[in-house]
Amino acid sequence: MVSLADPILRMRRRKARKGQGADIIQKIAMVMAVLLAAAAIFAPLLTPFDPLGQSLLARLRPPLGFERYAAGHLAGTDELGRDVLSRSLHGLRLTLALAFAGAVIGLVVGGTLGLVAGLRRGWVEDGIMALVDMQIAIPFTLVALLVLALMGSSLTVLVFVLGIAGWEQYARIVRGEVRRIAAMPYLDAARTAGAGPLYTAWRHVLPNLVSPLVVQFTLALSNIVILESTLSFLGLGVQPPQPSLGSMVGLGRDYMPTAPWIVLTPALLIVLLTFTVQILGDWLRDRADVRLRER
Amino acid sequence: MIAYLLRLAVKAVVTLFAIVTVTFVATRLSGNPIDTFLGEGLTAEGRQALIDYFELDRSLWHQYIAYLRGVLSGEFGLSFVDRRPVTAVVLERLWPSGQLLLASVALTVVVSVTLGVLAAVYRRSWIGSAVMVVAFAGYAVPSFILAIVMVLTFSYWLNWLPVVGNDTWRHFIMPTIAMSGVLIAALTRFTRNAMLDVLGQDFIRTARAKGLGELRVVLKHGLGNASITVISVIGLQIAGLAAAGSVVVESIFSWPGVGQMLVNAAILRDYPVLQFGVIAVAVAVVAINTLTDIAYALADPRIRLARA
Repeated sequence: MVSLADPILRMRRRKARKGQGADIIQKIAMVMAVLLAAAAIFAPLLTPFDPLGQSLLARLRPPLGFERYAAGHLAGTDELGRDVLSRSLHGLRLTLALAFAGAVIGLVVGGTLGLVAGLRRGWVEDGIMALVDMQIAIPFTLVALLVLALMGSSLTVLVFVLGIAGWEQYARIVRGEVRRIAAMPYLDAARTAGAGPLYTAWRHVLPNLVSPLVVQFTLALSNIVILESTLSFLGLGVQPPQPSLGSMVGLGRDYMPTAPWIVLTPALLIVLLTFTVQILGDWLRDRADVRLRER
Repeated sequence: MIAYLLRLAVKAVVTLFAIVTVTFVATRLSGNPIDTFLGEGLTAEGRQALIDYFELDRSLWHQYIAYLRGVLSGEFGLSFVDRRPVTAVVLERLWPSGQLLLASVALTVVVSVTLGVLAAVYRRSWIGSAVMVVAFAGYAVPSFILAIVMVLTFSYWLNWLPVVGNDTWRHFIMPTIAMSGVLIAALTRFTRNAMLDVLGQDFIRTARAKGLGELRVVLKHGLGNASITVISVIGLQIAGLAAAGSVVVESIFSWPGVGQMLVNAAILRDYPVLQFGVIAVAVAVVAINTLTDIAYALADPRIRLARA
């Protein structure tokens, strides 16, 4: 048992907290996150053009600053004269909505299974952990291909697939944490003092789960964004004419030699999004885990 | 050791069984396969003939047992598109995929081990930070975007490299790099962490104390001991990542491999091909994982003795 009054430990804690300040890249990522979220939420207000609205007189026009620029279409237009910027922002909105829905499903499914596995030992735990091992062994993109080809690429099926994509990480984390916490002396102390199981779960177990789950949720978000845009890029995710960042890159591929802006705008947004989310995820993880800060 | 091998075998068989079952359930969940896959233009007699042939009017259990029997005897049916056995369709695509995989893994190992060792040795200088930035970027940039940007730059703009096919060594450059991006990011991190662990051990201090050169300490004593971890990561993580990556990269570069075939089969709903392709890739991944586990146990007595 380490006493909290231990001066060395206290000093280390203060030092550790000092290291928690964000560096310049992390600060930029936070600003980017706010901007991207705002752009996604307010996409219908920000974009002057209908993302599906075609204009056959203004097809394949380049972005601002190039010859043949069509007034108002800042990032140019695609092969049907649709505004690339409007489509990209609506795509961003859809991609983020799908990623959040998928990450929440993963959190609920994985968290529940992990909780059950951590609390109930024996064959229940063995069975759940065998499922986790299987999920790790099978390349998930293949399962996603199979399910989407068979059940059709509706948004419902897509959200379900994205939700199943990362559940095993949550399950592992929650199970590990629950088992670790269950062995802690303060849980014994709480029980001795007369705390019921619900009280201990709420007061002592849950607060310990919040920070690893927030970290995992953030990292999962970026993985799901990549999975969704990859599936949409391959033509198996979001279906046209509805714009998603991945499908815009996939469909714009045919016009790359003459109109690269159709591909580059959504591609840039995807990379900005994954970089931002992963930098934030790494930052949160470093904050949450004292051991990692030593390196 | 024998108990450990048995455990591995049971785990592999259970995983494969689960994959086979998932593919069955997935195909049956989507309703009557005949309606889904053959669609319109089917006469009533034709429809009945197909139902009889695939025994679709029997119970699900009966179908499942028949399906398992087919899997065990190597009967996976005919491709809807090619009208050839799916095993033949998949087999002829294995070698191109294997070539791309080998090229990517070779590139990944060379780059990642170099970068990982550098990042561990110079972890407090700008070199270490720069390597970690590269590793980070590899995670954050999806492989299809890496591929698209390369195609734009080197094919359409500079006109240096071909986009489609696998005929010459020049065709290998962009697909290999696109496949390797994520793999390099993953393996560099693992190599760096494994090296950091090893370089902190007592025998490294001993090696330095007895007067060995720094290069020899890092490469022989450091990398030599870290290589067990690195090899196991290649087997356990890289195989799965590469399987996922090949799907994307092969379809972008029209690479005549299994990955491209799977995407085409998914879009055309050629479900026997899709089903067997998924099973074949899963078998390959599980086999590589299991072989890695065995090699790991052979190399490290702590594992095979602890669990036996």
